[in-house]
Amino acid sequence: MNDIRFYKFLLSLNALLPLALMLIDWSRGRLGANPIEFFLRATGVMTLIFLTVTLSITPLRKIFGLNHLIKYRRMAGLYAFFYAGVHLLTYSVFDKGLGLRAIAEDIVQRPFIAVGMAAFAMLIPLAVTSTNGWIKRLGGKRWARLHKMTYAIAILGVIHFWMIVKSDVFYPAMFGVLTGILLCYRALPKITKIVKSVTAIKP
Amino acid sequence: MKQNPKIPPDEITPEHLYLNRRNFIRAGMLIGTAAATASVYRYFNPEPLLPAETDNSQITAKNTVKTTNERLNTFEEITNYNNFYEFSTNKQAVARKAKDFVTRPWTVAVGGLVHKPKIYDIDELLRFDQEERIYRFRCVEAWSMVIPWIGFPLKKLLDLAEPMSSARYVAFETFYKGSSAYEGANLPPPPNAMQSSLAAGIDFPYVEGLRLDEAMHPLTILATGLYGKILPNQNGAPIRLVVPWKYGFKSIKSVVKITLTDSEPPTTWNLAAPDEYGFYSNVNPEVNHPRWSQATERRIGESEMRPTLLFNGYGEEVASLYNGMDLKKFF
Repeated sequence: MNDIRFYKFLLSLNALLPLALMLIDWSRGRLGANPIEFFLRATGVMTLIFLTVTLSITPLRKIFGLNHLIKYRRMAGLYAFFYAGVHLLTYSVFDKGLGLRAIAEDIVQRPFIAVGMAAFAMLIPLAVTSTNGWIKRLGGKRWARLHKMTYAIAILGVIHFWMIVKSDVFYPAMFGVLTGILLCYRALPKITKIVKSVTAIKP
Repeated sequence: MKQNPKIPPDEITPEHLYLNRRNFIRAGMLIGTAAATASVYRYFNPEPLLPAETDNSQITAKNTVKTTNERLNTFEEITNYNNFYEFSTNKQAVARKAKDFVTRPWTVAVGGLVHKPKIYDIDELLRFDQEERIYRFRCVEAWSMVIPWIGFPLKKLLDLAEPMSSARYVAFETFYKGSSAYEGANLPPPPNAMQSSLAAGIDFPYVEGLRLDEAMHPLTILATGLYGKILPNQNGAPIRLVVPWKYGFKSIKSVVKITLTDSEPPTTWNLAAPDEYGFYSNVNPEVNHPRWSQATERRIGESEMRPTLLFNGYGEEVASLYNGMDLKKFF
C-alpha cells in the first residue's frame, strides 16, 4: 500500500469509527436515554468537524508547507457531506416520520431548521462537482470559486448549532472561533490588498 | 541522480527490515488514532451509572397517587438523563459527575413572609408522611418521562410556616458552593465536580419561583425519592420541587432555601433569556419556544414524537389557576 492510500484509509477509519460505535451502542441500548437526540447531535458535530478539517488544509499547506495534504481534502469534504446526509435523514425519519409536509412546515416555523436545510442544499453542488471530471469541466478557477462556498456552509452550520443549544454555547462557540480564524486567514490578505490599492490611489 | 558511493553496502537497511518498520509505524498510527477517536466518543457518550452504583436506601410511601396509566420510565432512564447544570450540561454525564455529592448534613430554611420561620433538618422532612406520585414530566427541550416520585405536598410545609397575608410568591434556591450559607445552615462542603456559572452558561445559585396558589396546589410536591428509593444525587438529592404541569426546569433540585415574598422572585432561566423562558413556563403546545416547537415531544424510550398536552395533561386540576390570563403573554 502506498502512502496516499494508507492515509486515506487512516482518515476513513477515524471518520467512520464514531458512526460504527454509535450504531453498536444503539443496538445494545447504550446510546443514552434519548438515542435519537444523541445521534442527531453527534452526526451534526461530525459534519462541522469535517468542514473545519476541509477548510484547514489550505492554511496548513501555506503555513507549514504540508502540500501533500491536498490529496485528502476531497475525502474530508465528502465525509462532511456524508455526515450531513445522515444527520438530515435521521431528523426526517425519527423527528418527522418522513412527512414532507411536516418538514416543510418545520422549515417555515423553525429558523434553525431553515438554516440547516440551506447549508445542506449548498453542500449538494459541491459534492457533485468534487470529481476530477467536474474540475476539468468548470476549469480550476471557477471550480475553486464555487468551492469557496464551503466557508458559507460552515458559518451556517455554526449558526444552526448555536440556535439549538440552551446556554451551553461552548461547542458552537468553539466551531465559530475556528471557522472565523480560517476565514480571516484567507480573507485578510485580500482585504489588506484592497485597502492598500485604495490608499495608493489617494495621493 | 548521482549515487553516493561512500555508503558501504552493509550499512544500507535491507528492504525487508525497512518495510517491517514502516508497517510497524503504520499499525501504531492506526491503533493510536482509533483509540483517540474512540475515547473522544466515549467522553461524549459515557457509560450509564448502573442502579447498583447509586445509593439504594429505601424510602417508604404510605400510598400511591397515579395521575396516568402510561408506561413508567425505567430507573436507569430516569437516573441517566438529567439536566443539572451545576454538574454538567451533558445530560448523560450528570450521573457520574454527581456520584460523589454528599447530601448530609442538609438543612432547608423556610422563611420570608411567614409567621413561623424555621430551619428544617432533612431528616425531619423525611419523617413527614411520604406518598408515591406517578407524574408525567415534560422538559422544555421537548422530551418527557413518566416518573414514580416519592414526596409530600409542598403545602404541608408552607402551612407549618403560616404564610402572612402579604405573601404572594414562593422563591426557591438550589445548593451551590459558597453561596448557600445562611445563618443556622448545616450543609455539606460543595463537591469539586460542581462547575462554574461560566461553564454552565447560567447564573448560580439556581433560583426558581412559584405563585403562592401554585405552590399550595395539591399536585405540587417536594420529592424525596423515586422508585421507592431515596432521591439519587443526579435527580436533585436530597429534596427537590416537582410541579408536573410546568416545564421541568421549574422543578428546582437540591433545595436549601424556601422564601415567601410579596413580589415575583427572579428565576434563573428567565434571567438568562427572558424572551425564551417566562416566569410561568406552563407546558403549552400552543406557545412555542422562540427557537423550537413545543407542539410535540419525545417520550424517552419511544422513537416517534407524540403531541404535547396543555398543562402537560393536568388542565382539569390546574387550568382554573390561570382564569382570565393570556397564556401567550404570561408564558
